[in-house]
Amino acid sequence: MARRVGISGNYAVAYAVKMADVDMIAAYPITPQTTIVEKLSEFVANGELDASYMNVESEHSAMSACVGASLTGARVFTATSSQGLALMHEILFMASALRTPIVMANVNRALSAPLNIWNDHSDAMAQRDAGCIQLWVRSAQEAFDTTIEAFKIAEETRLPVMVNLDGFILSHMYEPVELADEDEVRKFIPSRPLENRVSTKKAHAVGVVGPPEYYYEMKYQAIDAIEKSRLKIKEIDKEFNSRFGKSYGEIEAYGMDGAEAALIVMGSIFGSAKEVANSLREEGKKVGVISLRLFRPFPIQEIRRAVEGIKAVGVVDRATAPGGVGNPLYNEIAAALYDMPERPAIQGFVAGLGGRDIRQDDFRLMYSATEKAAREGAGRCIYVGLRE
Amino acid sequence: MKCVKTTLKGWKEIPEGCAITEPGSSVNFDVTAWRTSSPVIDQNKCTKCGMCFLYCPDSAIEIDEAGNYRVNLSYCKGCGICAKGCAPKAITMVKEGH
Repeated sequence: MARRVGISGNYAVAYAVKMADVDMIAAYPITPQTTIVEKLSEFVANGELDASYMNVESEHSAMSACVGASLTGARVFTATSSQGLALMHEILFMASALRTPIVMANVNRALSAPLNIWNDHSDAMAQRDAGCIQLWVRSAQEAFDTTIEAFKIAEETRLPVMVNLDGFILSHMYEPVELADEDEVRKFIPSRPLENRVSTKKAHAVGVVGPPEYYYEMKYQAIDAIEKSRLKIKEIDKEFNSRFGKSYGEIEAYGMDGAEAALIVMGSIFGSAKEVANSLREEGKKVGVISLRLFRPFPIQEIRRAVEGIKAVGVVDRATAPGGVGNPLYNEIAAALYDMPERPAIQGFVAGLGGRDIRQDDFRLMYSATEKAAREGAGRCIYVGLRE
Repeated sequence: MKCVKTTLKGWKEIPEGCAITEPGSSVNFDVTAWRTSSPVIDQNKCTKCGMCFLYCPDSAIEIDEAGNYRVNLSYCKGCGICAKGCAPKAITMVKEGH
């Protein structure tokens, strides 16, 4: 039986991982992720979860251990944040190219310096090109559901999947979460053993040298896999819906009927953005908001459809790309919309770095600057709330 | 320059996940082009002590049916360790392409 409980976003992830009946967990504690693996260690210690729990000396080792375990055919999980994810950097590229279906939770936190434990998206954006599928959630419920979907996506595409949830805002906030029935979850992601690729029964070398004659082709396989994952992600979300009555899609568009200006956001700020859009609608402003649940692969067609007929979009980045043309999400949106016959003006924003709250007034400012961009064209990136 | 002796496979044909499923496939890798000079063995001076065979980092020294030491130039990178290690000075490094 499904049951409704009050738990944090991190615990929601831990319960999903337990229900996925993982074989191996390797992790190194880091704020604000710690309580995910702490809860999982409890499950393992008290016999609720039959998994090998590996304490490692760093996140570099955690991800390396996950790659090795995954190659044996085990279902594996790890979780990290910020500096921990940065330390996994080189192994993430290997995880995708070696096609290891690792599921990881990344509890989004700012990268140093200065040292900061609070929420923004700089950690995940720095791993943009590692070849991992990136899903972004907006509530504890979505964290639970998405983690379950992530195992199926990972195993059917044989790619690592990163589930991103905003540090503290989601990770430590207690919310009512409906935990699905464990048997139903097992039916959705049966624990069938994956292929053991390091068996001694047949020759199979992994971690090999790819000379110039082969590197390109080997790399392209992972590029092709993430491209093709678009369809799988859609199908799996549909199947999840048929079993559990919930579907999240690649993006969610809110208040877009007749909208002239729209914000594009990722993560938990979607809630505030909707709230402010409602108030502005009551004041007669034609505004809407789009939230991305999928960042890799980037939902190009879905975004293009959603902004059709919109005069301006405001892209809210919670990470920066210093010295670049724009910031990470802005760049993706600009590239995705570039060859639309009637593309909207694209106004860039940076907000909420290092855990700075994005308040209603900040959203009002962003909506009104986007409306201005609809009339006069977009200006330079606006650093919302920055003191001079 | 082509360095692989077998037909190069396309991305759809190679095993998934950067794997090699054919044992000993490195013999298909031809390093001839890496070399600037190659060892020449004077069979009259050679005492068949086997030091070149032992020292060669690329196992490019082979022993033929008559028991003579020969250099397999597909794998020799021209490092000259065999010539340095040859006590009777039976191996000379000869520049290539000059």
